[in-house]
Amino acid sequence: MEFFRISRDIPFMRHVLALNAVSFIAFALAVFFIATKGLNPSIEFTGGTLVEVEYADTADINRTRGLVEQLGFGEVQVQKFGTSRDVLIRLPVRGDMKQDEVSTLVFDTLCKADQGSSGTKQYTTPQGEQVSRPACTKADGTEPLKLTRTEFVGPSVGEELYTNGALALAFTILGIMAYLAIRFEWKFAVAGIVANLHDVIIILGFFAFFQWEFSLAVLAAILAVLGYSVNESVVIFDRIRESFRRYRKLDTPQTIDRAITSTISRTVITHGSTQLMVLSMLIFGGPTLHHFSVALTIGILFGIYSSIFVAAGICMWLGTKREDLIKVGSKDQDPNDPNAGAVV
Amino acid sequence: MNRYPWWKYAILLVALLLGALYTAPNFFGEAPAVQVSAGKSTVKVDETTLERVRSTLAGANIPVDVLAIEGASVRARFVDTDTQIKAKDAISKALNPDPSDERFIVALNLVSRTPQWMANLRALPMYLGLDLRGGVHFLMEVDMRAALRQQIDGYASDARNALREKRIRFAGITRESEGLTVALPEAANAEEARNLLADRMAAVQWTVQTTPDGTRLVGRLQPQAIAEIQKQALSQNIETLHKRVNELGVAEPVIQQQGLNRVVVQLPGVQDTARAKTIIGRTATLQIRLVETDISAAAETVPERMGPGETMPRMVGLKRDVIATGEQLVQASATIDRDQRPAVSVRLNDVAGRAMRQVTRENLGKPMAIVLYEKGKGEAISVATIQGEFGNDFQITGNFTPQETADMALLTRAGALAAPMEIIEERTIGPSLGAENIEMGFNSVLWGFIAIAVFMTAYYLLFGVFSSIALAFNLLCLVALLSLMQATLTLPGIAAIALTLGMAIDANVLINERVREELRAGLAPQQAIHKGYEAAWGTILDSNVTTLIAGVALLAFGSGPVRGFAVVHCLGILTSMFSAVVFSRGLVNLWYGRQKRLKSVSIGQVWKGGEARPQLDENKL
Repeated sequence: MEFFRISRDIPFMRHVLALNAVSFIAFALAVFFIATKGLNPSIEFTGGTLVEVEYADTADINRTRGLVEQLGFGEVQVQKFGTSRDVLIRLPVRGDMKQDEVSTLVFDTLCKADQGSSGTKQYTTPQGEQVSRPACTKADGTEPLKLTRTEFVGPSVGEELYTNGALALAFTILGIMAYLAIRFEWKFAVAGIVANLHDVIIILGFFAFFQWEFSLAVLAAILAVLGYSVNESVVIFDRIRESFRRYRKLDTPQTIDRAITSTISRTVITHGSTQLMVLSMLIFGGPTLHHFSVALTIGILFGIYSSIFVAAGICMWLGTKREDLIKVGSKDQDPNDPNAGAVV
Repeated sequence: MNRYPWWKYAILLVALLLGALYTAPNFFGEAPAVQVSAGKSTVKVDETTLERVRSTLAGANIPVDVLAIEGASVRARFVDTDTQIKAKDAISKALNPDPSDERFIVALNLVSRTPQWMANLRALPMYLGLDLRGGVHFLMEVDMRAALRQQIDGYASDARNALREKRIRFAGITRESEGLTVALPEAANAEEARNLLADRMAAVQWTVQTTPDGTRLVGRLQPQAIAEIQKQALSQNIETLHKRVNELGVAEPVIQQQGLNRVVVQLPGVQDTARAKTIIGRTATLQIRLVETDISAAAETVPERMGPGETMPRMVGLKRDVIATGEQLVQASATIDRDQRPAVSVRLNDVAGRAMRQVTRENLGKPMAIVLYEKGKGEAISVATIQGEFGNDFQITGNFTPQETADMALLTRAGALAAPMEIIEERTIGPSLGAENIEMGFNSVLWGFIAIAVFMTAYYLLFGVFSSIALAFNLLCLVALLSLMQATLTLPGIAAIALTLGMAIDANVLINERVREELRAGLAPQQAIHKGYEAAWGTILDSNVTTLIAGVALLAFGSGPVRGFAVVHCLGILTSMFSAVVFSRGLVNLWYGRQKRLKSVSIGQVWKGGEARPQLDENKL
């Protein structure tokens, strides 16, 4: 089986101007949405309290919302999480209330509304581990709702996460640029990083437009994608350099076309494989990994596109020449040597 | 050309065996166990404890699988939960004859079923994070300003004592955020006072200042002294947390420093945050001070702890000076005094003991209070009359019941936080959610792996099989490495494993594509394999370095779950380079290397593209 039966170099660079314009519009739109709608940061960033409860029967979201709103925490979010029985409640930070008691208060309120009384249940699991947990039990011994998880983050933690996230992003960008500049040359470094920042901004644009929750896991996904798509650009740059060495008669766009053509099969298959894995996480990973996988999916798809059209395109606009990559006058390397390309 | 020397195969084989050995413990599952740990700071768990547990179990005729000391606890593993519960009862009866005074904590727990010989080789399963196991996570921040303030209070009181001792007159001492100022009415004394204080307090830099209002002696804490105080405060708090968490009887608590002023507390198996918080979050500090009988002249008034039947607390006035603080407390326990009344026996360290001796000598017959500060509010847990001069060791008597003395001993002992702490992050994960998370993570990796393996095999045939085996080997190495490091596996960590595998296949795709390309260019199969691997290596290295840069950034700046993700991601990149290049090449060499006249390679269809394309012919120009 072979998907790519390419007999001629595909003239990628012929359409690069149009595609770069499309890129630019997509980028501008992403910036626009980030600026106007903003991201929807998770409580890890904003601080606040999160309570997840599981009802015995299908949950009535509106009733739960009403109950929580009566507690007067200001803007609360109540939504289904995963199944129809799981409910996720998000509460903002309130200065006048002891944050670490909020989750208990919410659980108690919900419990009372279902004619239960909350207390602590201590038991040993069938495997033989001692567990104690807060439980809500009715008079007949059934549990109308269970506390699945709670999370409370103080406001100071969130600020730090923003700074650290920004630092991580800056470190990654500078590190990759430095590496590309040493390994190739500055034009490639600029092209590589612009292409991949374009991906990052577009992922963020999606998260802003759909108001998907932006959590720490999503940030990790974005940075992983950044490293991964740069590696895509690196493979293409590698080929461009090699093609400059091998095919001395071609001009720059032709060389880039040939380099991309000869790597396109690898590009699609690698990304396809990675996407298979990400798809598996999207399907089996449950709600916790959902947005993580979504960010990766967008990143992978735009990664292919941006490495080819944006990175290579910018390389061309910046006027990369054969001389930039191949030291002129180095006598010990014969450009006609058939093995020249192998020694990278 | 496609042959490995024997030693390369040997290395690969060793890597494979080590990988298998260290991965294996993760699949043995868990067995019911009983864990015995110290219930008091004075109790040590050692060989004698182990022997006692052994003889107890033997005496009760309870078969035990494995019995060993692990860290600061004895663990006994049993076949089933019935035996486990029987054993727990027997052990706790034998070790804690007096149920009101629990010297040992006997808890039910789960331990890995790993065979002993593997455990001896440090082949242990990965530690499961709270999101996979269920439990509570707290991030607590130590109030460093309060720690400093407390230290400065101590210095102020030292300064007052020293000046009085040498009969140097002073008008007052003011405390500031990073030091204190002594106002001196007589300028002549300034130098003498400075030398005296500098002598007594090495950590404070003293300077004499002359202002129109008079002469002042300004003490400033030196930066390294401040750093030292903060370090001490943090470690004291961690120590105290350890003691408090022990009271909870949690099997495997994690208490770790994070950054300069934070402590992470993780309690697996506990979901009951309210109870955990009452014990852990007790942000209490302790002070021993003289009582000012004239309330209006008191520096501070606090309510006294209410006895049974009382509805309104009596107020107690306190003098300014702090005689001793909780951090100077060495020991506190409930005892019976000479008149057979319940009492609390207290031991202080030498410095506090000396201060105590002086104060008690000067204040015979006067009342003294032990004040517990919780969340900024003080409460006198005991007010007692000084009966005689005493130093390090003394007893606090009053109208106590035995239960009250036990509580007080506990509070005085475990309440000794150097500085208040605040919970700034809290997470609880239910046990069923943990199990669900494991399943979800496992399924993601499994199905993703199967999908990739099927695709690779269909597309690259035998080379695809090699790639898939190399990918499996990569997974094995990664899990083995994580187990060997005793890393904590979390859901983001599993996601990182999945993602790393998805990205790692890139190296094999690069190689396989390259080999096909060389075949297309008309190279003989053996040469094509050789050149394909050679040429792909540079690219693989380049692309992995960039991915690694992002991984390192996450590792450096990430916290909590992101860090776990980053560790796995970085390790995965390293193992993938080894498995994709060295290991898969080994497989290929083993299969094809010996065939001198290799006609074809099973790498899927190589489409030559007709005659039209002079692809690599330009080399020959």
